[in-house]
Amino acid sequence: METLASLAGDYTVRTVAAGALLLGVTSGALGAFAVLRKQSLLGDVLSHAALPGVALGFLIAGGRSFAAVLAGALVTGVAAALTMLLLTRRSRLKTDAALGIALGSFFAAGVVLLSYVQGRAGAGQAGLETFLFGQAAATLRSDVWLMAGISIVAIGLVLAAWKEFSAVTFDPVFAASIGLPVAILDATMTAMIALAVVLGLQMVGVVLMSAMVVAPAVAARQWTNRLGIMVLLSALFGAVGGVAGALISASGRGLATGPLIVLALTAIAGFSLAFAPNRGLVSAALLRALERRSLADRRVLGALEALALQHDDPGYPSEQGMLDAYLGTASGWRLRRLRQHGWVRRVRHRPEEGIHWRLTEAGARRARDARSEERADMRGEGGNR
Amino acid sequence: MSALFASIPFAIIATGALVGVAASLLGTFLILRGDAMLTDAIGHSIVLGIVLVWLATGQASGPVQIVGAAVTGLATVVATEALARTRRMGGDAAIGLVFPALFSIGVLLLNLYARDVHIDAHTVLLGEIGFVWLDVVPVFGVDVPDALLWMAVVTAANLAFVVTLYKELKIATFDRGLAAALGFAPGLLGYALLGLTSATAVAAFDSVGVVLFLAFAILPPAAAYLLTDRLALILAYAAGFSVAASVLGYLLAVAWDVSIGGTMALVAAAILAASFLASPRYGLVAQEVRRRGQVEANENRALTVHLFQHERGPEAGEENVLSALRTHLRWGDAKARAVVARCLDARLVERSGQQLLLTNAGRATAREILEPAGRRAGAGG
Repeated sequence: METLASLAGDYTVRTVAAGALLLGVTSGALGAFAVLRKQSLLGDVLSHAALPGVALGFLIAGGRSFAAVLAGALVTGVAAALTMLLLTRRSRLKTDAALGIALGSFFAAGVVLLSYVQGRAGAGQAGLETFLFGQAAATLRSDVWLMAGISIVAIGLVLAAWKEFSAVTFDPVFAASIGLPVAILDATMTAMIALAVVLGLQMVGVVLMSAMVVAPAVAARQWTNRLGIMVLLSALFGAVGGVAGALISASGRGLATGPLIVLALTAIAGFSLAFAPNRGLVSAALLRALERRSLADRRVLGALEALALQHDDPGYPSEQGMLDAYLGTASGWRLRRLRQHGWVRRVRHRPEEGIHWRLTEAGARRARDARSEERADMRGEGGNR
Repeated sequence: MSALFASIPFAIIATGALVGVAASLLGTFLILRGDAMLTDAIGHSIVLGIVLVWLATGQASGPVQIVGAAVTGLATVVATEALARTRRMGGDAAIGLVFPALFSIGVLLLNLYARDVHIDAHTVLLGEIGFVWLDVVPVFGVDVPDALLWMAVVTAANLAFVVTLYKELKIATFDRGLAAALGFAPGLLGYALLGLTSATAVAAFDSVGVVLFLAFAILPPAAAYLLTDRLALILAYAAGFSVAASVLGYLLAVAWDVSIGGTMALVAAAILAASFLASPRYGLVAQEVRRRGQVEANENRALTVHLFQHERGPEAGEENVLSALRTHLRWGDAKARAVVARCLDARLVERSGQQLLLTNAGRATAREILEPAGRRAGAGG
């Protein structure tokens, strides 16, 4: 296997990396909107629906022209989206059935057209099958220029219509009420998913392109609640996953590029899902455990405080066995931890008696603070209602 | 008998028809439950199961493969639901995240271990229904194509499932709450349905491929659903459409020299399109006819009301003539003439020279609008 340094210098590899970078940034940024609008499955439909367009573009151009293939894929993608829309608006079929119908019909048409092309065309047809799973190594410098053009148009559109897109994404009713052309914006954003799909045909292929749209956005969503940051992160994740997958694929072994990129992106999404602060599942579990611990600590301190108040003695020594019975659980290890904070102290006791504990002054303050915090919390909740 | 199974067209058409019947038996319920896109997720992710079972046992088809690989399909559904339950993403994004990952692993394993064998990424994706007659197994002394045999077994299993649990499936599909209250375990039924869907997809993959399976499972029941409200009829129509798509698809594919599986699915899509356009109750044409009928009835009513308001008054002479409709009701000339002609035909209106007079029926129509039954009763009481 070649070393990474020699890989980076290679002309093909640089082309591939540039293409993967463009693809990752663009599909990541556009995917953020698709995922927020709950259109992940539409991305799946549009990517499968690109197949007949690939074959049509090939037939019309009479050869493997990248531009023709992309144009064809864009047209059939949009046609599939319109079919799906027509079915949901004008029949009693539900959205998911309409999605399935659009996907199945267009992919079937693609399979038929593909077999037609293969049946008649000569040598040029060999490249067409790579559009199923993608083949990064087949990327040409001219393809990258075309991809760059599409990316600039797509990203430019997002920046230019940023306010409108975010309004339609989060609150279409509000967007309509302030006079935004919601239907047109809707259609534009759907067409942009088709654009992202088309961009990935060469690298990822029609079958897996939907993951390019979904995975970076799902990953980005875990790190932030702000749209701007989410779009940026999604683009970044897309770029990292895209370049990583493309380089691994280009380094030999004949592995299909699409699956490698998808797995790289899935790994990023999985990591984000587990470890992102706040929303990450592991982080959330840790936070919960910390919270449980502090609650248990407060209960021990509270019990000591109550006993001290009852005996009118701030330094009242409570027997550990009694605390255990009062709290319904073994409290020895908790008391030892609280001692490290300086909140409780072990008190001298005669050997025939059990261990005794008392609050320190800091501990008494801590117990009081905890009580007033809890009261404030409860008042806050009551006020919200 | 053996001559029949030796016939290549028969083997191909029968396999296609069985894929369609088996898949649409389950697809009907998936569509009604709103789970149609799970078919897509299952179809893709079983690739991993197929490859793993093949690597472990060396079998590319048969019962081990069907049961083993079906587990991956079910696992996808469970994983998707678990991810959606964390509420870190929508259910659609969870589907879109899980199956491409499993599918990718499957494809990479194929790339690595199965370069030159019968099982490769292209076959798994698109199927080779044209070659189902190549692999045969003897059954009672008759050579039956492998794929056909296993599709028949799966179809029988699906049919038994739907027939024995028909009542339970029906209630669980249309009223989940009631099914749970009656103790039918709708969740378990759902998993059984999706498990059988996975098994069917595995049995069908080498003939139609994992993606087209979705077309066979969704398109015929969707077409049937647009034609009738009765569950039993949806199932029956869908089976009929599947057989028709298989026969027609084969003939067309041979004539055009294109993919057989793809053409079968495309014919199913055409049947759906026809049913979407021409279904007597739910079709686009029927909707349009009903809409036109409504518009015309409203125009007739408008005319009778107009005549009714003015027929007793002194202005009747100039209001109740054709030309007044143009200014008063703002109808165009052609429209005014058409409405009058229609009302004359329906005997709502009579003509007396230039004057338009209401008949008794016409007066009754106007009264229905101006004095609705509810208001009259209210005024009387």
